[in-house]
Amino acid sequence: MIALTLASQRAACAAGTDLLNDALQRAEAAAGLNALITLDKPAGVATTGGDLAGIPFVHKDLFCTTGQRTTCGSKMLANFVSPYDATIVERLAASGAVSIGKANMDEFAMGSSNENSAFGPVLNPWDTARVPGGSSGGSAAIVAANVVAFATGSDTGGSVRQPAAFCGVTGFKPTYGRVSRFGMVAYASSLDQAGVIARSAADCAEVLQVMAGHDPRDATSVDRPVDDYRAALDRGVRGLRIGLARELFSAGVRDAMQATVHAALRELEAAGAVLVDIDLPTLPLSIPAYYVIAPAEASSNLARYDGVRYGHRAADAKGLRDLYSRSRAEGFGTEVKRRILTGTYVLSSGYYDAYYLRAQQVRRLIANDFARAFADVDLIAGPTTPDVAFKLGEKTADPLAMYAADINTVAVNLAGLPAMSVPAGFIDGLPAGLQLIGKAFDESTLFTAGHALQSRTDWHLALAPGAVR
Amino acid sequence: MSDWQAVIGLEIHVQLSTQSKLFSGASTAYGAEPNTQASFVDVALPGTLPVPNVDAIRKAAMFGLAVGADVAAESIFARKNYFYPDSPKGYQISQYERPIVAGGTVLARLDDGREITVQLTRAHLEEDAGKSVHDAFHAASGIDLNRAGTPLIEVVSEPVMHSSAEAVAYMKAVHRLVRWLGICDGNLQEGSFRCDANVSVHKPGTPFGTRCEIKNVNSFRFVEKAIDYEIERQIRAIENGETIVQETRLYDAAANKTRTMRSKEDAEDYRYFPDPDLPPIRIAPAEFEALRAALPELPDARRARYIDALGLPPYDADKLTEDRATSDYFEAVLGALPGQAKLAANWVNGELAAALNESQIEITASRIGAVDLAALLARIVDGTISGKIAKDVFAAMWAGEGSADAIIDAKGLRQISDTGAIAQMLDDVLAQFPEQVAKYRGGDAKLFQFLVGQAMKATKGKANPAQVNELLRERLDASR
Repeated sequence: MIALTLASQRAACAAGTDLLNDALQRAEAAAGLNALITLDKPAGVATTGGDLAGIPFVHKDLFCTTGQRTTCGSKMLANFVSPYDATIVERLAASGAVSIGKANMDEFAMGSSNENSAFGPVLNPWDTARVPGGSSGGSAAIVAANVVAFATGSDTGGSVRQPAAFCGVTGFKPTYGRVSRFGMVAYASSLDQAGVIARSAADCAEVLQVMAGHDPRDATSVDRPVDDYRAALDRGVRGLRIGLARELFSAGVRDAMQATVHAALRELEAAGAVLVDIDLPTLPLSIPAYYVIAPAEASSNLARYDGVRYGHRAADAKGLRDLYSRSRAEGFGTEVKRRILTGTYVLSSGYYDAYYLRAQQVRRLIANDFARAFADVDLIAGPTTPDVAFKLGEKTADPLAMYAADINTVAVNLAGLPAMSVPAGFIDGLPAGLQLIGKAFDESTLFTAGHALQSRTDWHLALAPGAVR
Repeated sequence: MSDWQAVIGLEIHVQLSTQSKLFSGASTAYGAEPNTQASFVDVALPGTLPVPNVDAIRKAAMFGLAVGADVAAESIFARKNYFYPDSPKGYQISQYERPIVAGGTVLARLDDGREITVQLTRAHLEEDAGKSVHDAFHAASGIDLNRAGTPLIEVVSEPVMHSSAEAVAYMKAVHRLVRWLGICDGNLQEGSFRCDANVSVHKPGTPFGTRCEIKNVNSFRFVEKAIDYEIERQIRAIENGETIVQETRLYDAAANKTRTMRSKEDAEDYRYFPDPDLPPIRIAPAEFEALRAALPELPDARRARYIDALGLPPYDADKLTEDRATSDYFEAVLGALPGQAKLAANWVNGELAAALNESQIEITASRIGAVDLAALLARIVDGTISGKIAKDVFAAMWAGEGSADAIIDAKGLRQISDTGAIAQMLDDVLAQFPEQVAKYRGGDAKLFQFLVGQAMKATKGKANPAQVNELLRERLDASR
């Protein structure tokens, strides 16, 4: 069997396969991975017209859909059905793509292992004793399991790239403002960006072409033309300068991971890219800065879940305060509560300057570091994660260890840059990811490099033991 | 007690008269069925995002320009976090560290003619909350989110006022200004214009006393009474050896008292931070120029012009500049009748104001347009009719009987100014009342007015009064 791609799906469709039925059967076969919260057989599917006509896919369960519930992996929204569609939901529907379900995720996109879902953890198709990464764990696993050719995701601190790396698929996070956030349930508004997970850079390019563009309903969405991503694919990397950031290959990154990612980069070098060593000295500060800013925004973004208008409402509340505290205590899981508490603390009177303001200053320094580096290089590269997928339960008792593993991904969100994780080989049979980081709004160069690598290698097409065949 | 001085600062909430809300497309119209003007954004559904209303930003900036403040080229929306059912997001979008308007002054005139200049601290944009309805349901409260997201500016004054009279004069000056600018309908009953008052007392030369904030007062009279009560209360408390506690108080109009709502210890930590969903508000230099150009002549400038250039008494100038519609009407009358400012002022402030009041209609809906009124006044100026007859013509115009000239002709109201005709008529009157003539000539001077009255009666008021006086006196005195 082959890995599902847009091309393979179109070929199958032309050969008479009912793609929708096939996808639903595949989903049933992969049900043991718990990658989907909702599986729907959509009624009356239009398969004519559109760039992605008839292609089945899944949305991460934080994109609002009128047809399916939107849970955010939380008990709080377990039965919530949105009365409107997110902008990217509208755009993908208009392209003819067919949503067959909603992907499991860490609750409100808070987590790096998918163990924080109220609907249970997702298992990694490469080793079901291991996590698929998070928070878009369901999206990465469902693509790696060969159920659909692509899935949407969201990336606040690595939530598209890290699970893509752990599951051996390609994950793309666009520049902040490139894709509308309207209808994407907010975790940390200044960092959240919708992305896509697929087998290949080429497929990510096709899907992002549909998702990207200005949206007047999102004031942070940027009004500038969208590149022709498909045209960028075959541009080639000859002369492209790729900066290997020392800090991304730091002591915390396992030796085997360093060696594997270096080997993948040598493939790009062989294709004509120029590898140079660079420094991003403030990158180590990104974890503390991120874990101040993201919880601060989350503490405010999640205040609307109060049991009054929608979502979980505690029974028999004794007065208003009791309704609030019990609805929230019952509706939210541990990690969400931890971040709300942290965020509330860092914004409190007397602490704001020492935490939130300081973190914003650090954020600026990190962005400046990237800007300096990009004066000399076209892309920045390093391992997506310090190690391969860890075991279920391995880090749940130690949130700080879990946070620390995000070291290579969060700086990109703080700087608002586009980045991609592409499969870079295997360590002990588990996938490793190469992260490429681009200049703001230069998604095209990422696609060029990703496609160049994937034209020379087939790591991205390797099938996991848990994949549907 | 007389050596105590009150120190008062006001926070005035001015709802901006925009079609739609500050961050959503829902209507801001008042009085709709509950929750029929609440969009997905207003009810804070998951995934919704705020999009700023440019008209609200423009109106806030216009206020800043009108009070001579610094209008920020870049200001920031911030979130004020607190839980309450009428605040559906769990935070209110407001402005904190960088408001759109900083500084500025408002000139206020007291009833006794005294003027004070009130310094403003700032004016910031924010969204209004919804309303909790506590008495409509048994054992439950209702939430109406129609008002949630309505744009307003909170105008914060420095603590520079020292009496309720000053505070009310200032509040009225702001009220007049925002209506003049057309940025607020100024409706106090509907809550479009409401006020929080910060009050403390101290002895001059000593540090300020502890202040109390009186929340949400929505009439000029209640502001006056609430402040008076609060000043009294604080002085009495201090003189009884008590300490004033910083707190928020509510004014109970029925009891004419303020009472504790919450103390400072209960005050929420709002955890303000810049709203990450909203880029900074930026106003480009060209937009500033457009706003300045669109700014109307302001009421204080007009008042000064009426007094200095038109020679109107301050009383008339005050009345004419109470609101822009009246002033614009007066301008239009004067435009059609140059050089007759005093006459125009008398009629706009007098006959017209009375008729509008009687009919309970706004001047913008006046049954007599400014140009038509000017046409009537022109007939007084050119001697066609007397001022007294003009009032009858005005009444007929008000009743829709036509233009001034048409009515004058139809009713034959043209003034008699022909000396011969008046003399003939007077001779007839004198012949009719020989007894009264004799008494007058015998020294009873007040009978002169009786004879004038008879003359006017004989001409149905059309005789030129000055000529009647002159010719009558000639006749009576000459042959004495």
